[in-house]
Amino acid sequence: MTESLATIGTRPLPEETHSCWSCGSMRAAHFCESCGKVQPPQPVDYFAFFGLPPKLNLDVATLEKDFYELSRRLHPDLNARGGSRVQEWSLEQSSMLNDAYRTLRDPIKRTEYLLHLEGMELEEQSKSATEQARATGEVKKQIVPPDLLEEVFELNMQLEELRTQKKMGEDDPALIEEIGKQKLALEEKHEALLDELKAGWKAWDALIDRGSAANAVERAQITGQMVDVLNRRNYIRNLVRDVNEALES
Amino acid sequence: MSSDHIVGIDLGTTNSLVAFMQGETPVVIPGEDGSNLVPSVVALDAGNQPVIGNAARNLLIETPERAVYSIKRLMGRGVEDIQEELKLFPFRVAEDLQPGEVLRIRLGDKTFTPPEISALILRQLKRNAERYFGEAVTKAVITVPAYFNDAQRQATKDAGRIAGLEVLRLVNEPTAASLAYGLDKKQNGIVAVYDLGGGTFDISILKLHDGIFEVIATNGDTHLGGDDIDNLLITIALDDIRGDLGIDLRRNAEAVQAIRKAVIDAKIALSAQPSVKLDFELPGGKRYQREITREQFEQLIQPIIDRTVGPCKQALKDANLKPEQIDEVVLVGGSTRIPKVRALVKEMFRREPHTDLNPDEVVALGAAVQAVILGGGSQATQNMLLLDVTPLSLGIEVAGGVTDKIILRNSTIPASATQFYTTQIDGQANVAIHVLQGERELAKDCRSLARFDLKGIPPMAAGIPRVEVKFLIDANGILNVSAREQRSGKQADIQVQPSYGLTDEQVEGMILDSFDNAEEDFRRRQVIEARNEAATILAALDKGKKSVAWAELTSDEKKQIARMEKVLVAAKDEDDYQAIRQAIDALNQGTMRLAELMMDTAVSSALKGKKMDETDLGEGPTPPHPMAPPEFQ
Repeated sequence: MTESLATIGTRPLPEETHSCWSCGSMRAAHFCESCGKVQPPQPVDYFAFFGLPPKLNLDVATLEKDFYELSRRLHPDLNARGGSRVQEWSLEQSSMLNDAYRTLRDPIKRTEYLLHLEGMELEEQSKSATEQARATGEVKKQIVPPDLLEEVFELNMQLEELRTQKKMGEDDPALIEEIGKQKLALEEKHEALLDELKAGWKAWDALIDRGSAANAVERAQITGQMVDVLNRRNYIRNLVRDVNEALES
Repeated sequence: MSSDHIVGIDLGTTNSLVAFMQGETPVVIPGEDGSNLVPSVVALDAGNQPVIGNAARNLLIETPERAVYSIKRLMGRGVEDIQEELKLFPFRVAEDLQPGEVLRIRLGDKTFTPPEISALILRQLKRNAERYFGEAVTKAVITVPAYFNDAQRQATKDAGRIAGLEVLRLVNEPTAASLAYGLDKKQNGIVAVYDLGGGTFDISILKLHDGIFEVIATNGDTHLGGDDIDNLLITIALDDIRGDLGIDLRRNAEAVQAIRKAVIDAKIALSAQPSVKLDFELPGGKRYQREITREQFEQLIQPIIDRTVGPCKQALKDANLKPEQIDEVVLVGGSTRIPKVRALVKEMFRREPHTDLNPDEVVALGAAVQAVILGGGSQATQNMLLLDVTPLSLGIEVAGGVTDKIILRNSTIPASATQFYTTQIDGQANVAIHVLQGERELAKDCRSLARFDLKGIPPMAAGIPRVEVKFLIDANGILNVSAREQRSGKQADIQVQPSYGLTDEQVEGMILDSFDNAEEDFRRRQVIEARNEAATILAALDKGKKSVAWAELTSDEKKQIARMEKVLVAAKDEDDYQAIRQAIDALNQGTMRLAELMMDTAVSSALKGKKMDETDLGEGPTPPHPMAPPEFQ
């Protein structure tokens, strides 16, 4: 994972402009409002890059509009005639713009990014992490959510049976139907967890709105809950992926 | 005319083109033979001088061992991953290749790397443009298949440098095509570009929004195109000949090239007519003749064109769109002239595809549009901006030979990712990073891009150094890597070993070879071209003197023309092309009234009831133009 370059609360927002390297106007952020020149990139996080508070409910349509507007200023194609410094800054600024937009427009990626800024680590649930653990024989940092323990155990047994049957060229419609039902139940859980996550967003945003009144304990509690929901959600997503693979193979 | 022309180049598998924006319209610059398309064929003539384009195509049939085509298929590839290509294409790989060395292809008794061969094609296009402008051209936008990986892009950029061109941007071919289409249809919506060329297939899905061309998803196959159809037909013919006549022509390069030409002609004809007769002479005088109906042809190529379906579906899936949500479909590439391909596209996207622009030219035209955008824009390109994506995920190899993806495919570029590395043993000074490109889970199934060695890490206990490595894919889709040791703040030294490709030093060496003569070459060419033009205008003047219009000039006018003629005749034999041009311009001005009178004569005879083309027009002095004299057969 990438590391944040600044912590929340200490970074300059784009509204906080500085003096332009080219014309000296004080109205420069990513680019200068007066002369249009691209400015050296500032080490800010993705929210701050868009001049946003670090809140989890955001209007994607506005974000898209801002993304297009900033692209028209920062993209290397439109700065190709600048000197080598301008070209370098334009490349860095527009890659940051693209990275930030890609992360923030997706609510799950946005949440994961915020949790990362808050110093929280998610479990490694990615497929490559699974493969890596398998290949190196390491134990993967992944815990079965306690409330799913029983179901997962049963489902894994059934999947094992299905794989064995498939190897033998047999076909058990009843087993396939049973697995299908379980998959459906998992997908419903996956959806329900999104609602839980949304509750987390609301709580977090309220906390940010209160500003300095928010205390660290509360902060850690809300982010901790979101980490838990995301871990469970990712776990279920991977389980569904395994089921699909077993059914399709 | 400004001395800063940026041209747009489509460096194709089969044909290449160069275009520029004339005012607000992109136009293709024709070659000396008047043709817009320069066949991507390179040959060596008897004097070992490189010949490019149509002339090389003739040599390809006469002396196939001294010629090469479809070199784009080998760009950025290693000898081990072209084995399939070698079965189907007459590439003669140099025998003395060392392991890990960049591929070299033999032409006669010389060898060339694929970027050098591409550079020869680029240099021809550069010359065509210089001839057109009458000035040196040093900057270009070059198009590449959207699905080209980092190594293939880098090889294309190297080719530009070798040809003496500063490559301002590599643009993806389907995206370039959409720019050309977008120029006169400023509208919002979702567009799919289906690009089936000579050797590559791309599908790109774009969102058009007030002049922003945002690629949402792209997919493709860099080894799928019209070439595959040709090879199929060639194989059938070769098998027929071996079966019926008992001769195996596979090793007879000349015969194979003759067959290739015949099947390509047949393939093209079948797009317009229901059946065609394949007819060519075999060594020994016998003729091969075979009737092919369009139906048979369509059956034959079905498996090939079906290979475009998977990438289209994947692109739609990645874009999170259903076929019904596509507003427009644009066809690009010569192979989309095949009716069956059009039917397939229509079926897939449930929409009649656009074919208003010439599918052979639209990519080059789009590259010319992008060239103007990079050059600061114009009225026509106002508000236009391309936001393209990286077609393949970028990953690094982690423990267990697994790929850890750090930039996912279809991410808008420029895009970056930062990774942190540390050391395993005390005092370790180097860390190796293996960069991969592709979608597969295991490193061995992905494309190896390069191995980076981080060097000069200050001596510290194991696990203490913290090296921040930044991977950045630039607007050309090419990877840049930088590293910094955080504890010491020291910039780590990165040594790159590209898995497939030329080092900077190698490219430099190749540039020098051609650069030494570049200026001299250019001047000499200018002189030759100016002399040719002078000859044309002098010949035209001779005809003018014999026309009725000549008698209508005053004696002063005649004297003046004679004086100018003398100046030009004298200048023609000197080596100063500017003097020749000046004399041509003067004579052109001086004979303006003569030309007008000749036109009047022509018009008045037309009024007398004669058809224009029956009138003896005579030949007016023609203003300087880029086209060579036409040929009549």
